[in-house]
Amino acid sequence: MTGTITINGQIVPFQAGQTIIEAATAAGIYIPHLCHKPGYTPHGSCKLCTVNVNGRNCSACTFPAVDGQTVINNSAELQQDRRRITQMLFVEGNHLCPSCEKTGNCQLQGVAYYLNMTDNHFPHFFAHREMDASHPDILIDHNRCIFCNLCVRASKEKDGKNVFAIAGRGINKRLVVNSVSGLLKDSDVSIDDSAVHVCPTGALLIKRTGYQVPIGQRIYDHRQISEVALFAEGSHEQ
Amino acid sequence: MKTFIQTVLAEADARAVNLLQILRAVQARYQHIPEEAIELLAEGLSIPRTQILGVAEFYSFLHITPQGRYDLLISDSITDRMLGNQFVLDYLAERLAVQVGQVRADGLVSLNRTSCTGMCDQGPAGLVNGLALTSLDIARLEEIVELVNQQTPLSQWPATLFAVADNIHRPGLLLSEPLVAGDALRAAFGRGLPETLEELDRSGLRGRGGAGFKTVVKWRFCADEPADTRFVVCNADEGEPGTFKDRVLLNSYASQVFEGMTLAAALIGAQQGFLYLRGEYLHLHEQLQGVLTERRASGLLGENILGLGLNFDIEIRLGAGAYICGEESALIESLEGKPGIPRNRPPYPVTSGYLNKPTIVNNVETFLAAAHIAVRGGAWFAAVGTEKSAGTKILSISGDCARPGIYEYPFGTRIRQVLEDCGAVDVLGVQIGGPSGTFISNRELDRALAFEDLATGGSFIVFNCSRDILRIVQNFTHFFAHESCGFCTPCRVGTSLLKKQLDKIVDGHGSAGDVVELENLCQLVKHHSHCGLGQTAANPILSTLERYPDVYEKQLKQISYEPGFDLDGALAIARRMAHRDDAAAHLSQLED
Repeated sequence: MTGTITINGQIVPFQAGQTIIEAATAAGIYIPHLCHKPGYTPHGSCKLCTVNVNGRNCSACTFPAVDGQTVINNSAELQQDRRRITQMLFVEGNHLCPSCEKTGNCQLQGVAYYLNMTDNHFPHFFAHREMDASHPDILIDHNRCIFCNLCVRASKEKDGKNVFAIAGRGINKRLVVNSVSGLLKDSDVSIDDSAVHVCPTGALLIKRTGYQVPIGQRIYDHRQISEVALFAEGSHEQ
Repeated sequence: MKTFIQTVLAEADARAVNLLQILRAVQARYQHIPEEAIELLAEGLSIPRTQILGVAEFYSFLHITPQGRYDLLISDSITDRMLGNQFVLDYLAERLAVQVGQVRADGLVSLNRTSCTGMCDQGPAGLVNGLALTSLDIARLEEIVELVNQQTPLSQWPATLFAVADNIHRPGLLLSEPLVAGDALRAAFGRGLPETLEELDRSGLRGRGGAGFKTVVKWRFCADEPADTRFVVCNADEGEPGTFKDRVLLNSYASQVFEGMTLAAALIGAQQGFLYLRGEYLHLHEQLQGVLTERRASGLLGENILGLGLNFDIEIRLGAGAYICGEESALIESLEGKPGIPRNRPPYPVTSGYLNKPTIVNNVETFLAAAHIAVRGGAWFAAVGTEKSAGTKILSISGDCARPGIYEYPFGTRIRQVLEDCGAVDVLGVQIGGPSGTFISNRELDRALAFEDLATGGSFIVFNCSRDILRIVQNFTHFFAHESCGFCTPCRVGTSLLKKQLDKIVDGHGSAGDVVELENLCQLVKHHSHCGLGQTAANPILSTLERYPDVYEKQLKQISYEPGFDLDGALAIARRMAHRDDAAAHLSQLED
């Protein structure tokens, strides 16, 4: 089932089993995303990668490429909706970019820059969320969790552990840790786990590494997330 | 506790796929899922404890903190509100000395609200330890208070408290024609299975859950999928507020529904079926088990059914308070013992459903109709209804009408006719298809009940002119925010933002800009959500904004912008700390 699809009028080849985002990335087309990462089971929850396929909105990270599809990725309407969805993620948690040690290296912030988001637009939820600083090397700031499930998938699929999971329903969702106390220090997490390095925001942080690269010299301080993602993810081609 | 958990695990074959049933058993025993149970279950099932926590925190009827030994939940559907559920809550709170949302200090009783319990024709309704309570008037409330205070075991409560009436007011094609058990199967095998599929095709039957996909197409897709195992699932997670027809079908027509499932199994080649029964219908559980036992004894279930070479059996699985499980892929996840989060599609359940095997999920009414079609033929069914909507539709009618209950109509019937029959006068509008459907005004009563015009899973809520549109919409919008599974951003955050934005307007803090903002937000949630819940969550707002813009307008302040933030209220803590409350310690909010 090899074939071609059109993305914004550009003919893009795909291989059997590829999703739209995989075909796009291979062709050098960036589709904004947060919960998607090459090499991980697609999740389809953040909805930033929503594209219009033959007139219907679909998540590019889960939707299979099928010969002859017409995909719209960069309409003004889609970009506006993606900006709003990003703003939703910002108001749901408590994101304080200027004081966050992940600033400049944060994908949520990088996507916000890319989408030209200049304010949060929606009223804030001011959710009361705890911090888990119990572990000697790893910190969880629940204020910044966007429920992308990457740490959950990484722990299960890459590390062969089950350190993280998402519990709760609706707006009360929360990241939980697999230990009797619920604290990270009592889990079998290790600083070498993929799970603690995969977080697209500042929810999972490695202690004492925060300011080794000064603010202003970080990834998205100089380069668009589109460019960074295409470079990194294009080389992960499966 | 260890012995109890071991028994529960043994009963569930110690399979993680039965986790929801296991947790229901633990909850029933301890009024919550204790920490110790989580540890024992994690060990016994060889799964991470977080997986148990994930399920326990997802379903409304499961708790990780103790509930009262008598756990009272009062239905908060709009019809229960109209019938005075607030009075019920206030009365119980006062007489039982417990606050709404709390457990009494001695742990005897807890009181809370819950989403629609499917008793809209006999509200205000509620649940006690999961069992349905109906028509809660003062006499019955007083009886309940006495029983709780005397700590009478539920098994000794008078049966009258749990009586649930069918209220069938207008039987039609399906509800009035009797069907002898086994006849549908005999007819199908007698005619030939491929020929029976042809009849089903000829009947034009479309799924009765609301979406209206042609039943035979779904069944053929599933049958054609290469696989060694296939499943038949009956979706009895009737959670749409105002819908209760499945409750009646399962109470009085269960054998026919099971026959329809068995027919489906024969046609698609399945050996196992599930009835996914919403937790709110716990009162039907034992009775339904009885019907299954009876059918097994009559050779209508099990090995070599009626000597026809068909092997098939049905298991009942109970939900635990999550509206989203009515979505077919969420229902399958729930059957697998997981939180009810809708799956990504493709693949669709017909190719990859329960345990990733081809699975058909159909509504209770669909199976009932299929059984009748197998006996009486496709032409019999297709002769009734309209061109694109064959047959009849069973409606649950509630709200402002003299005779709430069950009505069966041929498709194409005018709404006006339905309203006349149920005794609705002075009609303001009708919510058709529940909150996720359409609110039509009294200027549209000549519209027709049909997939071509007004499709519905079965919910008709009638409102008379004394009702406040905004309060209705507010109830529905809060419902969706509460029931969002939270998987995707636009629905998780969006439904909560809709609730905030609508509340701001209803509470009198809205200005013209807020309505524009509300509308934009509606479109965003509608067009970007992962599943039907989010895609329809804004419908109550959108359909009333379209029909009653003046009602919204009247509620607005005549300024360009009004913040939702209470400036003076935010200073309360500062005033308390500074021990002052003089005029200068207050700030007014923009121009008054």
